[in-house]
Amino acid sequence: MKTATSTAKYLTLVIASICTLLPLGLIVFGSFKTNQEFLSTGPLTPPQDWFNFENYATAFTRGGMGLAFFNTVLIFGAAIIGTIFIGAATAYALDRFRFVGRAAVVGLFLLATLVPGVTTQVATFQIINALGLYGSRWALILLFMGTDIVSIYIFVQFMRSIPKSLDEAATIEGAGHLRIFFQIILPNLKPAIATVVIIKGIGIYNEFFLPFLYLNDPSTQPISTALFAFKGPYGSQWEVISAGVMITIIPILVLFLFLQRYIYNGFTSGATK
Amino acid sequence: MTTAASSFTGQAAAAASEPDLAHPTGKTPGGVGRGSARYRRLTPYLFLLIPVGLLLLLTYTPVVNMFWYSVTDWDGLDKTKNFIGAENYVEVFTDPENLRVFYVSLFYVVGSFVQMALALYFATILSAKIRFKNMWKGILFFPYLINGVAIGLIFLNFLKPGGGLDTVLMNTGLESLIHQWTGDPDIANYSLAAVSVWRYTGLTFVMFLGAIQSINSEIYEAAALDGANRWDEFWHIILPSIRPIVGLAFILGISGSLSVFEIPFVMTNGANGTETFVIRTVWMAFERNMVGLASAMAVVLLIFVLLVTWLQRRLVPEEEVDLT
Repeated sequence: MKTATSTAKYLTLVIASICTLLPLGLIVFGSFKTNQEFLSTGPLTPPQDWFNFENYATAFTRGGMGLAFFNTVLIFGAAIIGTIFIGAATAYALDRFRFVGRAAVVGLFLLATLVPGVTTQVATFQIINALGLYGSRWALILLFMGTDIVSIYIFVQFMRSIPKSLDEAATIEGAGHLRIFFQIILPNLKPAIATVVIIKGIGIYNEFFLPFLYLNDPSTQPISTALFAFKGPYGSQWEVISAGVMITIIPILVLFLFLQRYIYNGFTSGATK
Repeated sequence: MTTAASSFTGQAAAAASEPDLAHPTGKTPGGVGRGSARYRRLTPYLFLLIPVGLLLLLTYTPVVNMFWYSVTDWDGLDKTKNFIGAENYVEVFTDPENLRVFYVSLFYVVGSFVQMALALYFATILSAKIRFKNMWKGILFFPYLINGVAIGLIFLNFLKPGGGLDTVLMNTGLESLIHQWTGDPDIANYSLAAVSVWRYTGLTFVMFLGAIQSINSEIYEAAALDGANRWDEFWHIILPSIRPIVGLAFILGISGSLSVFEIPFVMTNGANGTETFVIRTVWMAFERNMVGLASAMAVVLLIFVLLVTWLQRRLVPEEEVDLT
């Protein structure tokens, strides 16, 4: 009985792993095949030459993926700096001060967690347009840093674990609030910052809806819309599309293998916002 | 989301009850003048200026505008917006093309239940002693990290006629099951919902696993002394103690199902009867310039999401779930 349930357990895990890995594996196979080979061999047949990187070269250069990576990094870099300052400033103000209107501000942030961004884009679009940011990478940067309530929440939560005696000691030494914020609060928020960098990094890297809506010029496109563009000209060249898919997955896979623990922690704390 | 509520407000309550330690205003030694005291009173407002400004600009203004647009015939360009009352809402609920998106959402809602069941099963078996735990966990979770466009393309390749799935079925003698997975309107929504399950099970699973692992091990030990088996443990310890997380996964699942976009957009572009709420709203607003009608759709979607969240909070009150 005991071995039977144990076998069943492993069997279900093996089946689940096959279901997860098979579609990915076939993309790996396809990405190394030549066009001829892709059409003439079955999808389950491994490629003849595991060192055929031609599709990768085609996808990377013709698909403009270098520029797309650059745009993604640029948008991420600017958005993450903004997110950190916004989150830390909000957390500092809400946790360390009592002031008129505090409850109202807390209420506003809470209520906002209930509004899914996808539902309001029809109207958000008009605002971005009115600001003259349509087609600009700044539109995405602004939206990524201005609508991220989850990150603010992570900062607010973490702020409570930073002892108030630290700021008090600094106040006695004559430090102003700005100095306390930069020299005491920000450095002590490092673990929260790390969590936010990880979840937000993956979120921005994978975001498709916003760049699809706001960035029409190929030269400003991040990685997900660049990959989406493969559907057009390479629509029938599955070996090139496969290589493009692999190029987008590899950085995330490497990151995952090195930062597994932090990624799991980040998503469990981020999701339970 | 549920914990956000308790945490923000819990903190407010705690702060109210404790002596005002964090309020250095006016108590600062070292000859601070009147101007400086006023500056200190202003400090929290200065820190909140940009965060709240962006919150109002990018979250609240769009919501308010959306309600206003939804009762007009605005096309997104015109200077004037004519008030037309509930006309857009009538169209949302009477045009069969619009009603269809609700039906399509149901596939994803069912998908999210399947996803929760799978996640719960794997989280339970991986919380016990098992070999290669990290490897299984990694494999199950990884799809969640993959770009949605990449997932769409991976499964277009896998499900296309003569693709991976068809080949597997052929090799195992199940030719009769072969279908036009994304081309046949009777099947396409099942296929797309299954892809969604593939994508999101990992996240739900890791959330459940984290919650199960944070259960105090003494409870298991006490239960073992009472002669509880693994099944009793699941029903009487694991399930009750992860109820808040299950509730959260439920809201995320429903609101996610209503706002599905990437997978069907990349894989079928809404063809073959797979058009979803968001695909239709985007198409209306940006291709057909019917911003008024699209806003009405979006308002309906928003109200659905709020309703589900409210219902969930009524059904699973937070304070009941504390086991320890």
